[in-house]
Amino acid sequence: MTTQSSTEYEKYYVPEKSKLAVCATIGLILSTFGAASVMNDMTFGDGATTGSWGIFWFGLFFFSATLFGWFRMAIKENRAGLNSAQLKKSYVLGMFWFIFSEVMFFLAFFGALFYVRTLVGPWLAGEGEGGRMNHLLWEGFNYQWPMPLTPQEAVGGVANQPVANMGTFQSYEQSMAFGEAAAWYLWLPMWNTIVLLSSSFTVHVAHMGLLDGNKRKFNIWLGITVALGMLFVALQALEYYEAYAHFGLTLNSGIYGSTFFMLTGFHGFHVVMGMTMLLIQWLRSVRGGHFTADDHFGFEASSWYWHFVDVVWVFLFLFVYIL
Amino acid sequence: MGDHHHGPAKGLSRWLFTTNHKDIGTMYLWFSFSMFILGGAFAMIIRAELFQPGMQLVEPAFFNQMTTLHGLVMVFGAIMPSFVGLANWMIPMMIGAPDMALPRMNNWSFWILPPAFLILAGTLFMEGGAPNFGWTFYAPLSTTYAPPSVTYFIFSIHVLGLSSIMGSINIIATVMNMRAPGMTYMKMPLFVWTWLITAFLLVAVMPVLAGAVTMMLMDIHFGTSFFSAAGGGDPVLFQHIFWFFGHPEVYIIILPAFGVVSQIIPTFARKPLFGYDSMVYATAAIAFLSFIVWAHHMYTVGMPVAGELFFMYATMLIAVPTGVKVFNWVTTMWRGAMTFETPMLFCMGFLVLFTIGGFTGLMLSIAPADFQYHDSYFVVAHFHYVMVAGAVFSMSAAVYYWLPKWCGRMYSETMGKTHFWISFIGFNIAFFPQHFVGLAGMPRRIPDYALQFADFNMMSSIGAFIYGASQILFLYNVVATIVAGKPTSEAKTWEGAEGLEWTVATPAPYHTFETPPQVR
Repeated sequence: MTTQSSTEYEKYYVPEKSKLAVCATIGLILSTFGAASVMNDMTFGDGATTGSWGIFWFGLFFFSATLFGWFRMAIKENRAGLNSAQLKKSYVLGMFWFIFSEVMFFLAFFGALFYVRTLVGPWLAGEGEGGRMNHLLWEGFNYQWPMPLTPQEAVGGVANQPVANMGTFQSYEQSMAFGEAAAWYLWLPMWNTIVLLSSSFTVHVAHMGLLDGNKRKFNIWLGITVALGMLFVALQALEYYEAYAHFGLTLNSGIYGSTFFMLTGFHGFHVVMGMTMLLIQWLRSVRGGHFTADDHFGFEASSWYWHFVDVVWVFLFLFVYIL
Repeated sequence: MGDHHHGPAKGLSRWLFTTNHKDIGTMYLWFSFSMFILGGAFAMIIRAELFQPGMQLVEPAFFNQMTTLHGLVMVFGAIMPSFVGLANWMIPMMIGAPDMALPRMNNWSFWILPPAFLILAGTLFMEGGAPNFGWTFYAPLSTTYAPPSVTYFIFSIHVLGLSSIMGSINIIATVMNMRAPGMTYMKMPLFVWTWLITAFLLVAVMPVLAGAVTMMLMDIHFGTSFFSAAGGGDPVLFQHIFWFFGHPEVYIIILPAFGVVSQIIPTFARKPLFGYDSMVYATAAIAFLSFIVWAHHMYTVGMPVAGELFFMYATMLIAVPTGVKVFNWVTTMWRGAMTFETPMLFCMGFLVLFTIGGFTGLMLSIAPADFQYHDSYFVVAHFHYVMVAGAVFSMSAAVYYWLPKWCGRMYSETMGKTHFWISFIGFNIAFFPQHFVGLAGMPRRIPDYALQFADFNMMSSIGAFIYGASQILFLYNVVATIVAGKPTSEAKTWEGAEGLEWTVATPAPYHTFETPPQVR
């Protein structure tokens, strides 16, 4: 076994061989294969999805269990004192660049939104280089954002308009934009913003408490953060329910519905991930007594992630809901 | 102290459960070579069909699947993993680190690749056949008109992206955090520099590709309209997102190749690399420019003139840092005491042919001229000059250069040189005529063509078969070296070689630099 040596430099801990990677691979591959099969059964097959769901859930369970074991081992190693300052810096770098990759993922969807709003919409409506396109294909389509009427509906038909799922696009009655809300206090996104921004503040207070060595303060404020995260997810679920049940706003509502649900949906998914991370840190602190003022990277990484989803929300609020 | 590390474990578990950067590097290299053979087999089918005009061997639908899979397997399966394998082997040894920064994740990055490619290749046997929309998978070919197997294709792209992102994060953390005392950034070998910058590019653009395939997935299965004008989206949006990934991607492929060449040429010219600093800055400049040139792949989709001009000038700018590099390599050789062992031959082949590929790139960057060249065989010739004669040649050079260090045995120089010359000649017979048929108007990705292209296509096919056969020789040479090559234990295989990797024993021990070396 590797042990700490007492030479003048701290040894970089290189773990012995490990089954984790192979188990995680099995879980990941089965779950993705299962998910692809479920979708194909639904879209191209006879709709019988039981077997595919089985593969998916088995894979996901296996994957989650492996990740649980993986993080557990990393935590144990740290508590056993195996992690030198240098190794800790590797984890810091790893987390930083992981968050950077997430930023780039959101950038793809924001990029799509900007491209559609500044170029595609006006072109389809006959502006600039796309003038002939409107005349020949989408006569009568007027661009506005949000887009209550898709080009398909504007020309009143689906002939010669093959779309990916061979379906049609349906207009909605009301969008989620601020201008269309019945009253400002009934506008859910505003409450969502307040909830999420305050959770970024509370997680910071928790961090301050931890740095002061005040574990009680840390536990309370981190608990509040997790609760706020849950509230956000609940409000977001309510918003989706409203959209589908009362506004007629769905994934099928043309490009407005597509960008709205994909951006807020992926954001919501990341909130759930960040919340889970924070919840685990909270449990570690409350039940396991983990974390000290100078050794709490698990919490710190989770809080970075939390600030990251918060910043994404600010951009969402601005570009999806307000402007 | 009780501080001993054992050697490798016995049997299969060594490879499945390893955390050792050399083991993982070896697995990446062998995996990528097997994908090289698979993608090569697809290419042979393509060239066999194009040997003569008319439909000869395969159905047009299957031909499309071959062009698609050839591109995907070569880009994501052969070239990229081969350089990741090289990075795994060499970066820790070059910077004096005991291993990669995150060894268990390193193993995971590798092991998700083979099953992902199993799924991708498995689409050949699915109902409706394999993806047939080209490796660039433009919507709506890849959405509205795609075979059902597209869903599996999308998920395998997700997994490959995950692998690349994790691998890159690992490389960044290793380079930023694991350098031996005294190994400052501006003392790092150029291969380490080019890989660091490549890793930044990968972390930046692989998530964008994930976004693109996710939008496809949603369009196909969940009724969104990202790439459908009927719903207010735009198929051209796909091309923008794809090439925002795709252009940095081509530098992801070529920058490590630049690194390899910058290691090898000084060794055999017996002179230090000319203009080290400018090499570093040129690499960074190329990486930066790669983010603002993507639409030069889509001059003909109907962009506003201002857009065409911006992307044209930005693209031409790339010739400046690339020129800096080419001049530096040439100047490194100037008045050097040169010898021409196999790695050097491949590097010189690289230099000549990559520069030709660069010049055709410059031709393609001129928007009005590109209207003529677009989607013709000229484009095919251009990118094979940079992908094959650029990336693959430098990879062959790297294998010959470091093989003695890896396995403690010397390869056969005669066979290596034979491999080079057959490759070089075969490659040029295969791809040089494609410039002409392209300029004369032969479109890419078609199984049949007009009669006037017949002679050049036959030449092309013959060259491709020669090039393909020479890779069998490569495989044989490598295997023969590992099994029965002449043992060598000289730490420095090449007298002119510099760098920490040449200070450790030959063959490189299972663990190197457990105590960091002091770098002056």
